[in-house]
Amino acid sequence: MADGGARHLAHHFEDLEQQHQAASLGMWVFLVTEVMFFGGALLTYVVYRARYADAFAHASHHLDVTLGTFNTVVLITSSLTMALSVWSAAADRRRTLVGMLSATMLLGSVFLVVKGYEYAHKFHEHLVPGPFFRYPGPDAPEAELFFSVYFILTGIHALHMVIGIGCLAYLLLRARRGAFTAAWSTPVEMVGLYWHFVDIVWIFLFPLLYLIGRHA
Amino acid sequence: MSVPTRKADYLNVDYGVRSWLFTTDHKRIALLYLIVITIMFAIGGLFALAIRLELLTPAGELLQADTYNKFFTMHGVIMVFFFLIPSIPAVLGNFLVPMMIGARDLAFPRLNLLSWYVLVVGALFALWAMVTGGVDTGWTFYTPYSSTASHTNVIPMALGVFITGFSSILTGLNFIVTIHTMRAPGLTWFRLPLFIWAHYATSVIMILGTPVIAITVALVGIERAFRVGIFDPALGGDPILFQHLFWFYSHPAVYIMILPSMGVISELVTCFSRKRIFGYTFVAASSLLIAVFGFLVWGHHMFVAGQSAYASFIFSFLSMVVAIPSAVKVFNWTATLYRGSIAWDAPMLFALGFIGLFTIGGLTGIFLATLGIDVHVHDTYFVVAHFHYIMVGGAIMAYMGGLHFWWPKMTGRLYPEWIARIAGIVIFLGFNLTFFPQFVLGYLGMPRRYHVYPDEFQVLNVLSTAGASILGVGYLLPLVYLTWSLRYGPAAGPNPWGATGLEWQTPSPPPPENFTQAPEVRDAYDYDTGLAPLPEGARG
Amino acid sequence: MSRFALMPEQASTVAGEVDALFLSLVGVTIFFSLLIAGLLVRFMLVYRRRSATDVPPRLHVPLWLEAGWSIVPLAITMMAFFWGARIYAALVSPPADALEVFVVGRQWMWKMQHLEGRREIDELHVPVGRPVKLTMTSEDVIHSFYVPAFRVKQDAVPGRYTTVWFEATKPGTYHLFCAEYCGTLHSGMIGRVVAMEPAEFQAWLSGAAPGGTRGMSVAALGEQLFQAQGCASCHKAGAAQRGPALEGLYGRSVVLADGRTVVADDAYLRESILDSNAKIVAGYQPLMPTYRGLLTEEQVLQLITYLKGLGTEAES
Repeated sequence: MADGGARHLAHHFEDLEQQHQAASLGMWVFLVTEVMFFGGALLTYVVYRARYADAFAHASHHLDVTLGTFNTVVLITSSLTMALSVWSAAADRRRTLVGMLSATMLLGSVFLVVKGYEYAHKFHEHLVPGPFFRYPGPDAPEAELFFSVYFILTGIHALHMVIGIGCLAYLLLRARRGAFTAAWSTPVEMVGLYWHFVDIVWIFLFPLLYLIGRHA
Repeated sequence: MSVPTRKADYLNVDYGVRSWLFTTDHKRIALLYLIVITIMFAIGGLFALAIRLELLTPAGELLQADTYNKFFTMHGVIMVFFFLIPSIPAVLGNFLVPMMIGARDLAFPRLNLLSWYVLVVGALFALWAMVTGGVDTGWTFYTPYSSTASHTNVIPMALGVFITGFSSILTGLNFIVTIHTMRAPGLTWFRLPLFIWAHYATSVIMILGTPVIAITVALVGIERAFRVGIFDPALGGDPILFQHLFWFYSHPAVYIMILPSMGVISELVTCFSRKRIFGYTFVAASSLLIAVFGFLVWGHHMFVAGQSAYASFIFSFLSMVVAIPSAVKVFNWTATLYRGSIAWDAPMLFALGFIGLFTIGGLTGIFLATLGIDVHVHDTYFVVAHFHYIMVGGAIMAYMGGLHFWWPKMTGRLYPEWIARIAGIVIFLGFNLTFFPQFVLGYLGMPRRYHVYPDEFQVLNVLSTAGASILGVGYLLPLVYLTWSLRYGPAAGPNPWGATGLEWQTPSPPPPENFTQAPEVRDAYDYDTGLAPLPEGARG
Repeated sequence: MSRFALMPEQASTVAGEVDALFLSLVGVTIFFSLLIAGLLVRFMLVYRRRSATDVPPRLHVPLWLEAGWSIVPLAITMMAFFWGARIYAALVSPPADALEVFVVGRQWMWKMQHLEGRREIDELHVPVGRPVKLTMTSEDVIHSFYVPAFRVKQDAVPGRYTTVWFEATKPGTYHLFCAEYCGTLHSGMIGRVVAMEPAEFQAWLSGAAPGGTRGMSVAALGEQLFQAQGCASCHKAGAAQRGPALEGLYGRSVVLADGRTVVADDAYLRESILDSNAKIVAGYQPLMPTYRGLLTEEQVLQLITYLKGLGTEAES
């Protein structure tokens, strides 16, 4: 762009650098609040896991590790494509940017589809907490607690994925019109930070929920 | 410029409802907040009035038990989440943070507007929960009562609190980014007004604490809606875990209410004594210390809840430590007056009232942090009296002082000074008469949230109710004369108090982007240099 | 009980010390409040603005002053902390010889059960001059057992046992309040604690005096349950024994299947009855069905009391 991105400067900032600083600090602060949000839910998990170690380990065996692993790989790959999106925007490669954003969206959607399949499976197996919960084995109440925490944590995570995909769709629309340039690609960077964060949350959830009690 | 043009200010630059509802000007958003929280304060106040009337007699003739329980719950929820938490930050902070640091707006103006809408939506949920039957869990939403036993509208109310939380998160985020990145050139951290330090510390609590209360009330809502056992002991859950999560936010939330007040007081005390603040660094650092230590003391709400005795020892110890920065502030404010040039204007009277009441509120906090005493007074009127000294005697007093101090800046008008002083005195007296007897009641053993009570507590309850009616009148007065001043008040001029803050270097009301020329940056409290003289005709 | 007073009656061994600490802090509060208020008023009058052109001096901020008014309050709060912690330490450690009473809270009543069999609702008779330990739980929501005259309070939490103890010092009738908000009739959950001379109390306990109902002893009720619920079929020594023996179990350390060691106290026994597979004793299979929902809180307490008795019999 000939204007060096100046048309993106909001009226209340002195220059683009200040605006960019504000945006990235804002995003990091937002991610801090997200850490605390997931932190509250994770603390609930930690307390009950410590109290009902065996029951949680047994209940965890009802989760599908293969699908979980597949999803982990999908999500890590999407982080790579997201990082490449940020790079392409900064390097003024519009076509790569469009491609990488699309790939990230696609991978994110695959994750959600697999997650949805897992949820449906749990539903058929009556492992969704509530009045229809049936658990084959001892410690049914504790197992129900495990599944409550499982659905809450993965549910909130999935909600974050949906929001992330929405943001990606918006970026994609604008990227096709050439909105992002080397001089100004703040939105791509910010969504990138968010996407990596959501990815990292899963990196914690996967072992905590799927892999406990499998070390033996 | 000899051509007399109409000076555009943020109020007259644009007209019509749309220009307000879609504004991104932080000053207009501050006024939007002012309207909403004033309405919420009025509603919460009416509940308080009904509670006090009910407690006139021991037998509980006025209200049914259920109605009474709903009233104190809604009084608490409204006052805490929809009035106290947004009061100073969202009204005065919103208006002043950018102006005090010489910025044109907050870093994210649209986010700022969004956070107002979020508050409104949360408030609507709360009001909906109220008019369709109310909630009776207490503002603390303790499980398993809230998640299984209560038959009231817990879910909409929890949703209201959940949503409102995001308003406070977004406001905190906006302040932190603004203070970090948008200070005027030359305005270094240690030249900032203490109001800014206080809001910075508040924002840290908002972004770290609020998400935890959000997930916590969401868990209660989920537990209730889907009948799963997260905190329900019948299903393997732990109700004490809820209390830990709840107080992890809700104790720091007390500091969300009081830290901004402390910021306001630092501005008032310096301006009306025309002195540099005594011990700037200590006052600034104490705000941050309070914010940090505030996160480490939540367990002092649970000394008799069944947490381990060792945990109680640690939380008691840390609660003692967090009292020190507050004490340091009180001493520094007092020392600031020494050899000052003290004016008795209304905002100053509110500030002095704050210092006195906050001193009592803070010292009684030490009683509650002391294990052996807390066992006796926990969940009694002693606690009720203590936190009203902090939140009403402290936070609302400072809010009133701040509102009177910056009212000329916000509206461009002066209010009648003498009646404002009377209002301040009425509020001070009414407050003490309302809440001081409650300390005695509490030590005598009257539990809180009691709809009927033994006869021997009646005398003190009658005193308290009498005080509440005086307090009510005290709060109505400013509503009347401040509204009156909007139309009939004399023009204020840019700096009616001769204050040094950057916000006083621009016309009142300020132009849309705050400053027509870059403000002259200097130390926050340069009162001893004669750079901010009192205006013509100021009282000697 | 219904005359106007500024301080509550002192009727337990800790009340005097709690009041002494309280009054000391009241002294501190009065001192500092008057100090601050006095200084504020004095400065207001002495340094009242005389002229609009006053320029007050810039004052040096001495470090010793800032340090001083940080350290003095810290010292005072530390004294409060240690004194308060000492009282609390006593409050959370019931003497070994305390008389035990079971208390179960529910919306909206207190149910008391004396070991000898006397039961009461919203009323608790205790002897003067002997420590009384209450083991408490709740059937529904959280309640809190509060006797202002004794200066003691403890939440009764569903799903776990909490304890509180006191030693009444003078005969009389005292308020018993529920201090944790528990629903509609929270303020109706008021009862009485009646402290009696030991001889009178003994007479009351054996049924000579009115108040409460008298039945079998708690341990006997527990034994009855033990038989009725079929516990004996697995836990009695013999060919059919599939569960650990229970004689002498109470208070002993137990090695679990996963290698951990726990002490067989009230909480452990309660968990083993209601959530039977949570902690399996080493060498046994998780075969026991859960009794959650089949036993009331009072019945669980009866069973535990019976098991305790088995312990003492084995020792003697």
